[in-house]
Amino acid sequence: MRFVDEFRDAEKAQALAAQIAALCEPGRQYKFMEVCGGHTHTIYKHGLEDYLPESITLVHGPGCPVCVIPMGRVDDAIFIAQQPDVIMTSFGDMMRVPGSNGAFFDATARGADIRMVYSPLDSLKIAKQNPDKRVVFMAIGFETTAPSSAMTVLRAKAVGIENFSIFCNHVTIIPAIKAILDSPDLRLDGFIGPGHVSTVIGCRPYEFIARDYGKPLVCAGFEPLDLLQSIYMLMLQLQEGRSEVENQYSRVVPWDGNLKALEVINEVMELRPYFEWRGLGFISHSALRVREEYASFDAERQFLVPGVRVADPKACQCGEVLKGVLKPWECKVFGTACTPETPIGTCMVSPEGACAAYYNFGRFTRERVKEATRS
Amino acid sequence: MCLGIPGEIVEFMDDRPDLAKVDVSGVKRAINIGLLEDEKLEPGDWVLIHVGFALSKIDEEEAKAALDFLEGIGQAYADELAALADSKIE
Ligand code: SF4
Repeated sequence: MRFVDEFRDAEKAQALAAQIAALCEPGRQYKFMEVCGGHTHTIYKHGLEDYLPESITLVHGPGCPVCVIPMGRVDDAIFIAQQPDVIMTSFGDMMRVPGSNGAFFDATARGADIRMVYSPLDSLKIAKQNPDKRVVFMAIGFETTAPSSAMTVLRAKAVGIENFSIFCNHVTIIPAIKAILDSPDLRLDGFIGPGHVSTVIGCRPYEFIARDYGKPLVCAGFEPLDLLQSIYMLMLQLQEGRSEVENQYSRVVPWDGNLKALEVINEVMELRPYFEWRGLGFISHSALRVREEYASFDAERQFLVPGVRVADPKACQCGEVLKGVLKPWECKVFGTACTPETPIGTCMVSPEGACAAYYNFGRFTRERVKEATRS
Repeated sequence: MCLGIPGEIVEFMDDRPDLAKVDVSGVKRAINIGLLEDEKLEPGDWVLIHVGFALSKIDEEEAKAALDFLEGIGQAYADELAALADSKIE
Protein backbone atom coordinates (compact mmCIF):
# COMPACT_ATOMS: atom_id res chain seq x y z
CA MET A 1 0.00 0.00 0.00
CA ARG A 2 2.90 2.36 -0.04
CA PHE A 3 1.76 3.84 -3.35
CA VAL A 4 -1.53 4.88 -1.88
CA ASP A 5 -2.12 8.38 -0.56
CA GLU A 6 -2.38 8.34 3.19
CA PHE A 7 -5.66 9.45 4.58
CA ARG A 8 -7.39 9.56 7.90
CA ASP A 9 -8.39 6.15 9.16
CA ALA A 10 -6.30 4.17 6.72
CA GLU A 11 -6.60 1.24 9.09
CA LYS A 12 -10.37 1.31 9.04
CA ALA A 13 -10.18 1.48 5.28
CA GLN A 14 -8.08 -1.62 5.15
CA ALA A 15 -10.45 -3.44 7.48
CA LEU A 16 -13.37 -2.50 5.24
CA ALA A 17 -11.41 -3.54 2.18
CA ALA A 18 -10.87 -6.96 3.76
CA GLN A 19 -14.60 -7.31 4.43
CA ILE A 20 -15.32 -6.35 0.83
CA ALA A 21 -12.81 -8.88 -0.45
CA ALA A 22 -14.43 -11.59 1.68
CA LEU A 23 -17.74 -10.98 -0.11
CA CYS A 24 -16.28 -11.48 -3.60
CA GLU A 25 -17.39 -14.69 -5.24
CA PRO A 26 -14.43 -16.38 -6.90
CA GLY A 27 -14.44 -15.87 -10.66
CA ARG A 28 -17.11 -13.16 -10.58
CA GLN A 29 -16.40 -9.62 -11.85
CA TYR A 30 -18.18 -6.64 -10.30
CA LYS A 31 -18.77 -3.27 -11.90
CA PHE A 32 -20.19 -0.37 -9.91
CA MET A 33 -20.86 3.09 -11.28
CA GLU A 34 -20.28 6.15 -9.14
CA VAL A 35 -22.76 8.59 -10.62
CA CYS A 36 -21.35 11.74 -9.08
CA GLY A 37 -18.20 13.54 -10.16
CA GLY A 38 -17.41 14.36 -6.53
CA HIS A 39 -17.03 10.64 -5.89
CA THR A 40 -14.78 10.24 -8.92
CA HIS A 41 -12.58 12.94 -7.45
CA THR A 42 -12.30 11.13 -4.09
CA ILE A 43 -11.62 7.78 -5.75
CA TYR A 44 -8.68 9.07 -7.76
CA LYS A 45 -7.38 11.42 -5.13
CA HIS A 46 -7.09 8.64 -2.55
CA GLY A 47 -6.32 5.80 -4.91
CA LEU A 48 -9.36 3.93 -3.59
CA GLU A 49 -9.32 1.40 -6.39
CA ASP A 50 -6.04 0.14 -4.98
CA TYR A 51 -7.81 -0.86 -1.79
CA LEU A 52 -10.32 -2.98 -3.67
CA PRO A 53 -9.97 -6.53 -4.93
CA GLU A 54 -9.13 -6.68 -8.63
CA SER A 55 -12.48 -8.19 -9.44
CA ILE A 56 -14.21 -4.90 -8.53
CA THR A 57 -14.15 -2.12 -11.10
CA LEU A 58 -15.48 1.38 -10.52
CA VAL A 59 -16.79 3.15 -13.59
CA HIS A 60 -17.48 6.85 -13.70
CA GLY A 61 -20.91 8.17 -14.46
CA PRO A 62 -22.44 11.27 -16.01
CA GLY A 63 -22.76 13.23 -12.77
CA CYS A 64 -20.55 16.18 -13.55
CA PRO A 65 -22.89 18.96 -14.67
CA VAL A 66 -20.17 20.95 -16.38
CA CYS A 67 -19.15 17.88 -18.37
CA VAL A 68 -22.56 17.28 -19.90
CA ILE A 69 -23.25 20.80 -21.26
CA PRO A 70 -23.27 20.41 -25.05
CA MET A 71 -21.27 22.68 -27.37
CA GLY A 72 -24.41 24.25 -28.80
CA ARG A 73 -25.52 25.54 -25.39
CA VAL A 74 -22.10 27.12 -24.76
CA ASP A 75 -22.41 28.80 -28.17
CA ASP A 76 -25.91 30.04 -27.31
CA ALA A 77 -24.68 31.45 -24.00
CA ILE A 78 -21.85 33.28 -25.77
CA PHE A 79 -24.37 34.58 -28.31
CA ILE A 80 -26.40 36.06 -25.45
CA ALA A 81 -23.27 37.50 -23.83
CA GLN A 82 -22.44 39.28 -27.09
CA GLN A 83 -25.76 41.10 -27.34
CA PRO A 84 -25.72 44.84 -26.55
CA ASP A 85 -25.81 45.79 -22.88
CA VAL A 86 -25.61 42.25 -21.60
CA ILE A 87 -23.63 41.09 -18.58
CA MET A 88 -23.37 37.30 -18.49
CA THR A 89 -22.63 35.77 -15.11
CA SER A 90 -21.44 32.25 -14.48
CA PHE A 91 -19.92 29.87 -11.95
CA GLY A 92 -16.15 29.72 -12.39
CA ASP A 93 -16.38 26.04 -13.42
CA MET A 94 -18.06 27.01 -16.67
CA MET A 95 -15.43 29.48 -17.88
CA ARG A 96 -13.25 26.97 -19.74
CA VAL A 97 -15.93 24.68 -21.15
CA PRO A 98 -15.35 24.68 -24.89
CA GLY A 99 -18.03 25.67 -27.39
CA SER A 100 -17.51 25.43 -31.13
CA ASN A 101 -15.81 28.82 -31.12
CA GLY A 102 -14.01 28.82 -27.81
CA ALA A 103 -15.12 29.06 -24.21
CA PHE A 104 -16.39 31.94 -22.03
CA PHE A 105 -12.80 32.97 -21.37
CA ASP A 106 -12.18 33.41 -25.10
CA ALA A 107 -15.41 35.36 -25.51
CA THR A 108 -14.30 37.68 -22.69
CA ALA A 109 -11.09 38.33 -24.58
CA ARG A 110 -13.20 39.27 -27.61
CA GLY A 111 -15.03 41.87 -25.53
CA ALA A 112 -18.02 40.08 -24.02
CA ASP A 113 -18.75 41.01 -20.40
CA ILE A 114 -18.79 37.65 -18.65
CA ARG A 115 -18.30 37.67 -14.89
CA MET A 116 -17.71 34.87 -12.45
CA VAL A 117 -20.05 34.69 -9.49
CA TYR A 118 -20.29 32.44 -6.47
CA SER A 119 -24.08 32.34 -6.35
CA PRO A 120 -27.01 33.27 -8.59
CA LEU A 121 -27.84 35.77 -5.83
CA ASP A 122 -24.58 37.58 -6.63
CA SER A 123 -25.77 37.76 -10.20
CA LEU A 124 -29.05 39.28 -9.02
CA LYS A 125 -27.09 41.88 -7.10
CA ILE A 126 -25.15 42.79 -10.25
CA ALA A 127 -28.51 43.28 -11.99
CA LYS A 128 -29.66 45.59 -9.23
CA GLN A 129 -26.46 47.63 -9.45
CA ASN A 130 -26.63 47.89 -13.25
CA PRO A 131 -30.22 48.83 -14.07
CA ASP A 132 -29.29 49.84 -17.63
CA LYS A 133 -27.82 46.40 -18.40
CA ARG A 134 -29.47 43.05 -18.96
CA VAL A 135 -27.92 40.56 -16.57
CA VAL A 136 -28.11 36.86 -17.41
CA PHE A 137 -27.14 34.00 -15.13
CA MET A 138 -25.77 30.86 -16.80
CA ALA A 139 -27.70 28.33 -14.73
CA ILE A 140 -26.12 24.89 -14.72
CA GLY A 141 -26.12 21.87 -12.47
CA PHE A 142 -28.27 19.01 -11.26
CA GLU A 143 -30.89 19.21 -8.53
CA THR A 144 -28.25 20.52 -6.11
CA THR A 145 -28.14 23.92 -7.83
CA ALA A 146 -31.57 24.07 -9.52
CA PRO A 147 -33.34 25.19 -6.32
CA SER A 148 -30.87 28.08 -6.00
CA SER A 149 -31.65 29.33 -9.49
CA ALA A 150 -35.38 28.96 -8.84
CA MET A 151 -35.15 30.81 -5.51
CA THR A 152 -33.22 33.61 -7.21
CA VAL A 153 -35.94 34.01 -9.85
CA LEU A 154 -38.55 34.15 -7.09
CA ARG A 155 -36.52 36.79 -5.28
CA ALA A 156 -36.06 38.83 -8.47
CA LYS A 157 -39.81 38.78 -8.95
CA ALA A 158 -40.54 39.65 -5.33
CA VAL A 159 -38.27 42.69 -5.31
CA GLY A 160 -39.08 43.71 -8.88
CA ILE A 161 -35.66 43.37 -10.51
CA GLU A 162 -36.64 43.23 -14.15
CA ASN A 163 -33.28 43.23 -15.90
CA PHE A 164 -32.38 39.76 -14.63
CA SER A 165 -32.87 36.41 -16.33
CA ILE A 166 -31.42 32.91 -16.23
CA PHE A 167 -30.22 30.83 -19.16
CA CYS A 168 -31.51 27.57 -17.82
CA ASN A 169 -29.38 24.48 -18.41
CA HIS A 170 -30.35 22.52 -15.33
CA VAL A 171 -30.37 18.79 -15.83
CA THR A 172 -31.97 16.01 -13.81
CA ILE A 173 -30.09 12.96 -12.66
CA ILE A 174 -32.70 10.21 -12.91
CA PRO A 175 -33.15 10.21 -16.73
CA ALA A 176 -29.37 10.10 -17.16
CA ILE A 177 -29.13 7.02 -14.95
CA LYS A 178 -32.00 5.48 -16.86
CA ALA A 179 -30.28 6.18 -20.19
CA ILE A 180 -27.22 4.38 -18.89
CA LEU A 181 -29.27 1.44 -17.65
CA ASP A 182 -30.90 1.20 -21.08
CA SER A 183 -27.64 1.51 -23.00
CA PRO A 184 -26.53 -1.83 -24.41
CA ASP A 185 -22.80 -1.12 -24.01
CA LEU A 186 -22.60 -1.49 -20.32
CA ARG A 187 -23.32 -4.15 -17.76
CA LEU A 188 -23.37 -2.79 -14.21
CA ASP A 189 -23.86 -4.56 -10.90
CA GLY A 190 -24.94 -1.53 -8.91
CA PHE A 191 -24.68 2.18 -8.30
CA ILE A 192 -22.97 4.43 -5.81
CA GLY A 193 -25.67 7.09 -5.60
CA PRO A 194 -24.88 10.81 -5.62
CA GLY A 195 -24.73 12.34 -2.15
CA HIS A 196 -25.60 15.98 -2.61
CA VAL A 197 -28.18 15.63 -5.36
CA SER A 198 -29.95 13.27 -2.98
CA THR A 199 -30.16 15.91 -0.25
CA VAL A 200 -32.69 17.52 -2.59
CA ILE A 201 -34.44 14.61 -4.33
CA GLY A 202 -34.10 12.10 -1.48
CA CYS A 203 -33.74 8.35 -2.01
CA ARG A 204 -37.18 7.43 -3.32
CA PRO A 205 -36.64 8.42 -6.99
CA TYR A 206 -33.98 5.68 -7.25
CA GLU A 207 -36.37 2.91 -6.27
CA PHE A 208 -37.16 1.95 -9.89
CA ILE A 209 -33.48 1.07 -10.38
CA ALA A 210 -33.69 -1.60 -7.68
CA ARG A 211 -37.22 -2.68 -8.52
CA ASP A 212 -37.30 -2.65 -12.33
CA TYR A 213 -33.64 -3.19 -13.18
CA GLY A 214 -32.67 -5.35 -10.22
CA LYS A 215 -29.61 -3.21 -9.39
CA PRO A 216 -28.77 -2.07 -5.87
CA LEU A 217 -28.02 1.60 -5.23
CA VAL A 218 -26.40 3.08 -2.14
CA CYS A 219 -26.41 6.87 -1.59
CA ALA A 220 -22.89 7.66 -0.47
CA GLY A 221 -20.95 10.40 1.28
CA PHE A 222 -17.75 11.86 -0.11
CA GLU A 223 -15.02 10.68 2.20
CA PRO A 224 -12.91 7.64 1.34
CA LEU A 225 -14.48 5.62 4.15
CA ASP A 226 -17.98 6.55 2.99
CA LEU A 227 -17.22 5.16 -0.43
CA LEU A 228 -15.68 1.96 0.87
CA GLN A 229 -18.61 1.47 3.22
CA SER A 230 -21.03 1.98 0.32
CA ILE A 231 -19.19 -0.55 -1.80
CA TYR A 232 -19.39 -2.96 1.12
CA MET A 233 -23.16 -2.35 1.34
CA LEU A 234 -23.53 -3.01 -2.39
CA MET A 235 -21.51 -6.22 -2.16
CA LEU A 236 -23.57 -7.40 0.80
CA GLN A 237 -26.79 -6.83 -1.14
CA LEU A 238 -25.44 -8.82 -4.08
CA GLN A 239 -24.32 -11.64 -1.85
CA GLU A 240 -27.70 -11.81 -0.15
CA GLY A 241 -29.49 -11.57 -3.47
CA ARG A 242 -31.13 -8.23 -2.64
CA SER A 243 -31.49 -5.14 -4.79
CA GLU A 244 -32.56 -2.18 -2.71
CA VAL A 245 -31.96 1.51 -2.30
CA GLU A 246 -29.91 2.14 0.83
CA ASN A 247 -28.65 5.34 2.37
CA GLN A 248 -25.08 5.29 3.64
CA TYR A 249 -25.11 9.10 3.92
CA SER A 250 -28.18 9.42 6.15
CA ARG A 251 -26.32 11.91 8.35
CA VAL A 252 -26.82 14.40 5.50
CA VAL A 253 -29.40 12.90 3.11
CA PRO A 254 -32.99 12.69 4.36
CA TRP A 255 -34.91 9.80 2.79
CA ASP A 256 -37.51 12.20 1.40
CA GLY A 257 -35.07 14.89 0.32
CA ASN A 258 -35.71 18.62 0.77
CA LEU A 259 -39.40 19.12 0.03
CA LYS A 260 -39.16 22.89 0.04
CA ALA A 261 -36.38 22.77 -2.57
CA LEU A 262 -38.45 20.46 -4.79
CA GLU A 263 -41.46 22.74 -4.40
CA VAL A 264 -39.44 25.79 -5.43
CA ILE A 265 -37.99 24.06 -8.51
CA ASN A 266 -41.48 22.97 -9.48
CA GLU A 267 -42.87 26.47 -9.04
CA VAL A 268 -40.39 28.10 -11.42
CA MET A 269 -39.34 25.29 -13.78
CA GLU A 270 -40.79 22.41 -15.74
CA LEU A 271 -39.29 19.44 -17.58
CA ARG A 272 -38.22 19.95 -21.17
CA PRO A 273 -39.45 17.31 -23.63
CA TYR A 274 -35.81 16.51 -24.37
CA PHE A 275 -32.33 17.97 -23.92
CA GLU A 276 -28.97 17.21 -25.46
CA TRP A 277 -26.22 15.96 -23.14
CA ARG A 278 -22.65 16.24 -24.29
CA GLY A 279 -21.48 12.81 -25.32
CA LEU A 280 -24.77 11.13 -24.45
CA GLY A 281 -27.01 12.70 -27.07
CA PHE A 282 -30.67 13.60 -26.60
CA ILE A 283 -32.36 12.28 -23.46
CA SER A 284 -36.06 12.83 -23.00
CA HIS A 285 -37.40 14.71 -19.98
CA SER A 286 -33.85 15.14 -18.70
CA ALA A 287 -33.62 18.89 -18.16
CA LEU A 288 -35.52 21.86 -16.83
CA ARG A 289 -36.70 25.08 -18.42
CA VAL A 290 -38.37 28.16 -17.01
CA ARG A 291 -42.16 28.04 -16.91
CA GLU A 292 -44.24 30.39 -19.06
CA GLU A 293 -45.40 32.27 -15.93
CA TYR A 294 -41.79 33.40 -15.38
CA ALA A 295 -41.06 34.10 -19.05
CA SER A 296 -39.59 37.54 -18.31
CA PHE A 297 -36.84 35.83 -16.29
CA ASP A 298 -36.07 33.32 -19.02
CA ALA A 299 -33.09 34.27 -21.19
CA GLU A 300 -34.16 31.74 -23.80
CA ARG A 301 -37.36 33.70 -24.34
CA GLN A 302 -35.72 37.13 -23.95
CA PHE A 303 -32.98 36.51 -26.50
CA LEU A 304 -33.59 34.53 -29.66
CA VAL A 305 -30.74 32.08 -29.22
CA PRO A 306 -29.60 30.31 -32.38
CA GLY A 307 -30.07 26.89 -30.77
CA VAL A 308 -27.83 25.23 -33.32
CA ARG A 309 -26.77 21.70 -32.53
CA VAL A 310 -23.00 21.29 -32.77
CA ALA A 311 -21.46 17.85 -33.00
CA ASP A 312 -18.75 16.99 -30.47
CA PRO A 313 -15.19 17.10 -31.81
CA LYS A 314 -14.29 13.86 -33.57
CA ALA A 315 -11.31 13.15 -31.35
CA CYS A 316 -13.40 13.44 -28.23
CA GLN A 317 -14.56 10.31 -26.47
CA CYS A 318 -16.27 12.00 -23.54
CA GLY A 319 -19.50 10.16 -24.32
CA GLU A 320 -17.87 6.81 -23.67
CA VAL A 321 -16.18 8.17 -20.56
CA LEU A 322 -19.46 9.63 -19.25
CA LYS A 323 -21.19 6.31 -19.77
CA GLY A 324 -18.36 4.47 -18.10
CA VAL A 325 -17.57 2.46 -21.24
CA LEU A 326 -14.04 3.86 -21.47
CA LYS A 327 -11.62 4.77 -18.72
CA PRO A 328 -10.23 8.31 -19.18
CA TRP A 329 -6.76 7.14 -20.15
CA GLU A 330 -8.21 4.99 -22.90
CA CYS A 331 -9.28 8.08 -24.85
CA LYS A 332 -6.87 8.64 -27.72
CA VAL A 333 -6.18 12.27 -26.94
CA PHE A 334 -5.98 11.93 -23.15
CA GLY A 335 -2.99 13.76 -21.71
CA THR A 336 -1.62 14.60 -25.15
CA ALA A 337 -3.92 16.87 -27.12
CA CYS A 338 -6.40 17.04 -24.24
CA THR A 339 -5.17 18.36 -20.88
CA PRO A 340 -6.74 20.63 -18.24
CA GLU A 341 -4.93 23.60 -19.82
CA THR A 342 -6.14 22.80 -23.34
CA PRO A 343 -9.28 20.72 -22.91
CA ILE A 344 -10.89 19.18 -25.98
CA GLY A 345 -13.67 17.53 -24.08
CA THR A 346 -15.55 18.70 -21.03
CA CYS A 347 -14.48 15.86 -18.73
CA MET A 348 -11.07 17.51 -18.65
CA VAL A 349 -12.42 20.90 -17.56
CA SER A 350 -14.05 20.54 -14.18
CA PRO A 351 -12.06 19.10 -11.27
CA GLU A 352 -14.99 16.68 -10.91
CA GLY A 353 -14.67 15.48 -14.49
CA ALA A 354 -13.31 11.95 -14.73
CA CYS A 355 -10.50 12.90 -17.12
CA ALA A 356 -9.33 15.85 -15.02
CA ALA A 357 -9.50 13.80 -11.83
CA TYR A 358 -7.47 11.04 -13.40
CA TYR A 359 -5.03 13.50 -14.97
CA ASN A 360 -4.44 15.23 -11.64
CA PHE A 361 -4.29 12.26 -9.31
CA GLY A 362 -4.11 9.21 -11.53
CA ARG A 363 -0.60 8.31 -10.58
CA PHE A 364 -1.83 5.93 -7.91
CA THR A 365 -4.30 3.91 -9.89
CA ARG A 366 -4.12 0.17 -10.01
CA GLU A 367 -2.55 0.01 -13.47
CA ARG A 368 0.16 2.43 -12.46
CA VAL A 369 0.89 0.54 -9.27
CA LYS A 370 1.32 -2.60 -11.32
CA GLU A 371 3.63 -0.81 -13.73
CA ALA A 372 5.63 0.67 -10.90
CA THR A 373 6.04 -2.60 -9.06
CA ARG A 374 6.93 -4.51 -12.21
CA SER A 375 10.05 -2.50 -12.94
CA MET B 1 -19.87 24.62 -7.67
CA CYS B 2 -20.64 21.00 -6.84
CA LEU B 3 -18.90 21.14 -3.49
CA GLY B 4 -21.15 21.30 -0.49
CA ILE B 5 -19.36 23.34 2.15
CA PRO B 6 -20.30 23.33 5.84
CA GLY B 7 -20.90 26.63 7.58
CA GLU B 8 -21.84 27.54 11.13
CA ILE B 9 -24.69 29.96 11.56
CA VAL B 10 -23.47 32.95 13.53
CA GLU B 11 -26.24 35.51 13.15
CA PHE B 12 -29.70 36.08 11.76
CA MET B 13 -30.87 39.30 10.18
CA ASP B 14 -34.01 40.86 11.62
CA ASP B 15 -35.22 42.43 8.41
CA ARG B 16 -34.41 39.42 6.21
CA PRO B 17 -35.63 36.11 7.64
CA ASP B 18 -34.38 34.29 4.51
CA LEU B 19 -30.73 35.23 5.16
CA ALA B 20 -28.18 34.26 7.81
CA LYS B 21 -24.56 35.05 8.38
CA VAL B 22 -22.41 31.92 8.42
CA ASP B 23 -18.79 31.18 9.21
CA VAL B 24 -17.05 28.88 6.73
CA SER B 25 -13.43 28.22 7.69
CA GLY B 26 -13.22 31.76 9.07
CA VAL B 27 -14.90 33.42 6.08
CA LYS B 28 -18.08 35.13 7.27
CA ARG B 29 -20.71 35.82 4.64
CA ALA B 30 -24.47 36.01 4.25
CA ILE B 31 -26.20 33.02 2.70
CA ASN B 32 -29.81 32.21 1.93
CA ILE B 33 -31.57 29.81 4.31
CA GLY B 34 -34.98 29.90 2.64
CA LEU B 35 -34.76 26.24 1.61
CA LEU B 36 -34.52 25.22 5.27
CA GLU B 37 -37.44 27.30 6.52
CA ASP B 38 -39.01 24.25 8.22
CA GLU B 39 -35.86 23.46 10.20
CA LYS B 40 -35.95 26.07 13.01
CA LEU B 41 -32.30 27.00 12.71
CA GLU B 42 -30.41 28.60 15.58
CA PRO B 43 -27.00 30.25 15.94
CA GLY B 44 -24.41 27.49 16.36
CA ASP B 45 -26.25 25.15 13.97
CA TRP B 46 -24.33 23.80 11.00
CA VAL B 47 -25.61 23.72 7.44
CA LEU B 48 -24.30 22.40 4.16
CA ILE B 49 -24.08 25.22 1.62
CA HIS B 50 -24.26 25.04 -2.15
CA VAL B 51 -23.78 28.20 -4.24
CA GLY B 52 -24.98 30.46 -1.45
CA PHE B 53 -27.95 28.41 -0.30
CA ALA B 54 -28.15 26.16 2.75
CA LEU B 55 -29.46 22.83 1.48
CA SER B 56 -29.41 20.67 4.59
CA LYS B 57 -28.83 20.90 8.30
CA ILE B 58 -25.99 18.72 9.59
CA ASP B 59 -24.59 18.00 13.03
CA GLU B 60 -21.33 19.39 14.30
CA GLU B 61 -19.48 16.11 14.00
CA GLU B 62 -20.44 15.76 10.36
CA ALA B 63 -19.46 19.38 9.74
CA LYS B 64 -15.99 18.77 11.21
CA ALA B 65 -15.52 15.61 9.17
CA ALA B 66 -16.65 17.39 6.01
CA LEU B 67 -14.24 20.27 6.72
CA ASP B 68 -11.33 17.90 7.24
CA PHE B 69 -12.19 16.27 3.97
CA LEU B 70 -12.49 19.56 2.09
CA GLU B 71 -9.24 20.88 3.51
CA GLY B 72 -7.64 17.68 2.25
CA ILE B 73 -8.78 18.20 -1.33
CA GLY B 74 -6.82 21.43 -1.59
CA GLN B 75 -7.29 23.65 -4.61
CA ALA B 76 -10.95 22.98 -5.34
CA TYR B 77 -11.90 23.99 -1.79
CA ALA B 78 -9.58 26.99 -1.85
CA ASP B 79 -11.30 28.15 -5.06
CA GLU B 80 -14.75 27.65 -3.54
CA LEU B 81 -13.76 29.62 -0.42
CA ALA B 82 -12.28 32.42 -2.50
CA ALA B 83 -15.51 32.58 -4.50
CA LEU B 84 -17.52 32.69 -1.28
CA ALA B 85 -15.29 35.46 0.05
CA ASP B 86 -16.10 37.52 -3.08
CA SER B 87 -19.79 36.92 -2.64
CA LYS B 88 -22.09 39.71 -1.50
CA ILE B 89 -25.44 38.03 -1.19
CA GLU B 90 -28.28 40.28 -0.10
S1 SF4 C 1 -9.40 12.95 -22.67
FE1 SF4 C 1 -10.46 14.82 -23.32
S2 SF4 C 1 -11.50 14.29 -25.21
FE2 SF4 C 1 -10.90 12.35 -24.24
S3 SF4 C 1 -12.70 11.76 -23.08
FE3 SF4 C 1 -11.40 12.93 -21.70
S4 SF4 C 1 -12.12 15.06 -21.85
FE4 SF4 C 1 -13.00 13.91 -23.60
